[in-house]
Parts: sequence; structure tokens; C-alpha cells
Amino acid sequence: MADEAKSGGGLSFKPMDQFEVKSLFGGEVGMFTITNVTLWLALAVLAVIGLLVLTTSKRETVPGRGQSIAELMYGFVYKMVEDVTGKDGIKYFPYIMTLFMFILCANFLGLIPMSFTTTSHIAVTAVLGFGVFIAVTVLGFALNGAAFLGLFWPTSAPLPLRPVLAVIELISYFVRPVSHSIRLAGNMMAGHAVLKVFAGFAQVAAIAPVAIVGVMAIYGLEVLVSAIQAYVFTILTCVYLKDALHPHH
Amino acid sequence: MAENTNAAGEVAAGAPPGMPQLNTDYFANQIFWLIITLVVIYFVLSRVALPRIAAILAERQGTITNDIAAAEDLKAKAEAAEAAYEKALADARAEAQRIAGETKAAIQADLDVAIEKADAEIAAKAAESEKAIAEIRAGAQDAVKEVAKDAAQDIVALMGGKADAKAITAAVNDRMKG
Amino acid sequence: MEGELAHIGAGLAGLGTGLAALGVGNVAGNFLAGALRNPSAAAGQTATLFIGIAFAEALGIFSFLVALLLMFAV
Repeated sequence: MADEAKSGGGLSFKPMDQFEVKSLFGGEVGMFTITNVTLWLALAVLAVIGLLVLTTSKRETVPGRGQSIAELMYGFVYKMVEDVTGKDGIKYFPYIMTLFMFILCANFLGLIPMSFTTTSHIAVTAVLGFGVFIAVTVLGFALNGAAFLGLFWPTSAPLPLRPVLAVIELISYFVRPVSHSIRLAGNMMAGHAVLKVFAGFAQVAAIAPVAIVGVMAIYGLEVLVSAIQAYVFTILTCVYLKDALHPHH
Repeated sequence: MAENTNAAGEVAAGAPPGMPQLNTDYFANQIFWLIITLVVIYFVLSRVALPRIAAILAERQGTITNDIAAAEDLKAKAEAAEAAYEKALADARAEAQRIAGETKAAIQADLDVAIEKADAEIAAKAAESEKAIAEIRAGAQDAVKEVAKDAAQDIVALMGGKADAKAITAAVNDRMKG
Repeated sequence: MEGELAHIGAGLAGLGTGLAALGVGNVAGNFLAGALRNPSAAAGQTATLFIGIAFAEALGIFSFLVALLLMFAV
């Protein structure tokens, strides 16, 4: 991953090498191979367990630091689900919490130098995004039947405009999972690639200090982006879920 | 530059150059492990973490509610105790006032009796004394009259006159009055 | 020659990220202006703010993706 620092003369940028999937124990990458993806996904699971299970093991009435963090995250996502989807969305809270905790932990683990960012892969985020999309669509039809199609027929608009709006609504509905997944993967990929490009500039001694300051600044921005993208993914999931629960609003 | 990168990538990884994200060879692996991860996280959260945190929050809410109720209870008790204390104080004060009033009245009655008695005694003594003084005074007047009569008789006798006892007595009486 | 054209295209696509920055700034700036007029209503609208920023930013990310595709995948 970091072997591009010295490769003959001149600048060498390999911002995409960090995203390479590698088999940990050699051999071709097949479906069940244990790769660096497996490693960092497992670390994300451990991080989730560490954040939410180990910290709350003492069940203190007056929480310590770790338990406060766990309760804060619980309260944050719970309130988000309740605010956006209403009372009847609460039963989907564990799924949304799963998404939030996974994306948050994966994003932050990806910021560790030399690590592998699982959420920067379109395959990963597409599973998340299309999973949400399919779940929400199925749920919408299961709960509302054909009335769910009312989502694409804006009754508040004048009649001649409605078919046009319906087409636009339909397109925007089917673009949702694409934008949902590419937003997350693109943000992660862009940030990490930019970090690598700045690190590549550090090969030139004259501008190395500037490059290092730049890396630090971008890194700070990436910490922010990691948290915001987890939040945005979660809140958009809540918004889509709200559409499925209440197509008429 | 791109040719460089691509060439290097080809040499290094042996995979198609460019973005590893678009390499479909990796998709099955990533999706497989991702789904396992999500399922594991979901079960950890829904079976362990979320019920536990919900229980902790509910317990805390309960504790806070109980504590507030207990505090209200204690406050009410304290208020009752204060009221009882105030009442006892007022009662005691009233009792003290009553006792003081009674005592004062009793003392006043005794005092009145004693004063009356004393007044009566004083009045009796005064009357007695007055009588005595009147007697003394009467005695003295008589004595003075006697002396004056005698003196007037003697003076008249000395002057060579025959003293008319009746006239002298009248004159002396007249003088004594005047 | 084709690779060079792809690089030019990547540069042009990169402009899109800068334009998306304008969009994000517009969203955040308007939010701030509204929040300063009515600070009591601002807290309830932060979710809307982030959704708006996410939509504006997503399009910039798309153009960045196009740039990356032109650079590395074409």
C-alpha cells in the first residue's frame, strides 16, 4: 500500500492502491477468501461490540465515559428515527442502528493509516444502499398496498402536470439507491485519494512541509466527513423509511 | 503519468489497472463478508446492546422518578413536621400566656385584698391619730385658755384691779377664737 | 492520444466538484442566514440542512467519480 514512496525518479502518485483488495494468506481472491476486507469488516464488528456492549457491561445508573458514549449514540439514532419516521418507525430502529454503527465504525477505522476503508468500495455501499432501497420498497407495498404508488402521483399539483411529475418522481425514486451508495463510497474514496495525493507531494523536499500540513488539514476534514456521511446515510434511510410508512403526507 | 501508474499497477497487483472498486472479481468476496458483518452486528445490537442500553435508560428514568417522588415525600414530611412544631410552639405560647394571665390575676387579687386591708388599717390608724390629735389639740386649747386666764388674772391683779373672772374668761375665749 | 483526451475530460469533470462546493456553500449560507433571523427554529432544521448538503454534495461526488473513471478506468 505504501510502497510508492520511492519508485525511481519523479513524482509517483498511486492514490488508488490503498483500495486494493488482497488475500491475507495468499492465493486468488474468491468469494470466501479471507481478505483485508474481511479483516477490516471484522474489526468494525469488534469496534461496535467494544463501543456498545463492553462499555455497558456494568450497567451503571450513573454512567462512566464509555457508557455515556454508548448511551449518546443510542439516544442520537433513536431520536433521529423518532423525529423523522414518527412513532411507528421505532420498530425499525435496530436495523437503522446497525447501519449507523457499521458505517461509523468502518469510516473511522478507514482513517487509521495503512488501513483499508471498506466503505470506500462501491460493492459494499451498493449492498447497503440497495438493501435499504429494496427493504423500503417491499415494506411500502406490504404496508400500503397499491396506495404506495401515490408517492409518485402528487395530488397537490395541477392535473396536466401530474404525469410529468410522476415520471420525475419515478426517476428520482430509482436514482435514490445509486446516489445513496455512491455518495458514501465517493466521499470516502475521494477523501482518501486526496490524502494520498498530498502524501505524494511530500516526495519533493521543497514542498514537503506544505504537503504534510495539507495532509493534516485534509485528515481533519476526513474525520468530519466520516461522521457526517454516517449521519447522512442514516438520516436518508430514515427519510426513505418515512416515505414507505406514510406515502401521503 | 497515467501510463506509468497503470503499468506499475499491472506489474504490482496483476489485476486490471485503475480503480480496485470497479474490479468485479472482488465483488462476491466483499458482498459475502459484508452481509456476514451486517448480520453479526444486527444480532449483537438487537439481542445484547440495544435491550441493555434501553434497560439502563429505563432504570435511570425509574430511579430519577423514584428519587423525585421520595424527595417530594420527604419534603411533605418536613413540611408536616414544621407545621406540627409551629402548632406546638403556638400552643405553648398560648398556655404560657394563659398561665401568666392567671398568675397575674391571682397576684392582683391578693394584692387588692392586701391593699384594701392596708388601706382600712391606715384609715383606722389615721382616724385614731386624728382623734388623738383632736384630743391633744382640745387639751392644749383648754390648757392655753387656763394659762391665759390665769395669766390675765395675774396681770390684772398685778395692775391692782380686781379681776372679774367672768369677763376675763369671755375676753380670753373671744381672743382665742379671733 | 486517447489517454490525453481522457485526462482533459477528467479535468473538466473535476470542475464539477468545485461547482458542488458552491452548492454546499449556498445551502449552508442560506441556513445560517435563516438561523440568525430565527435562532429558535434553527435547531429543528439541522437534519434538513444535512440532507440538503448531502444532496448538493452527492452531485459533486458524481463528477469526481467521473473524473476518477476517466483517469483510471478508461
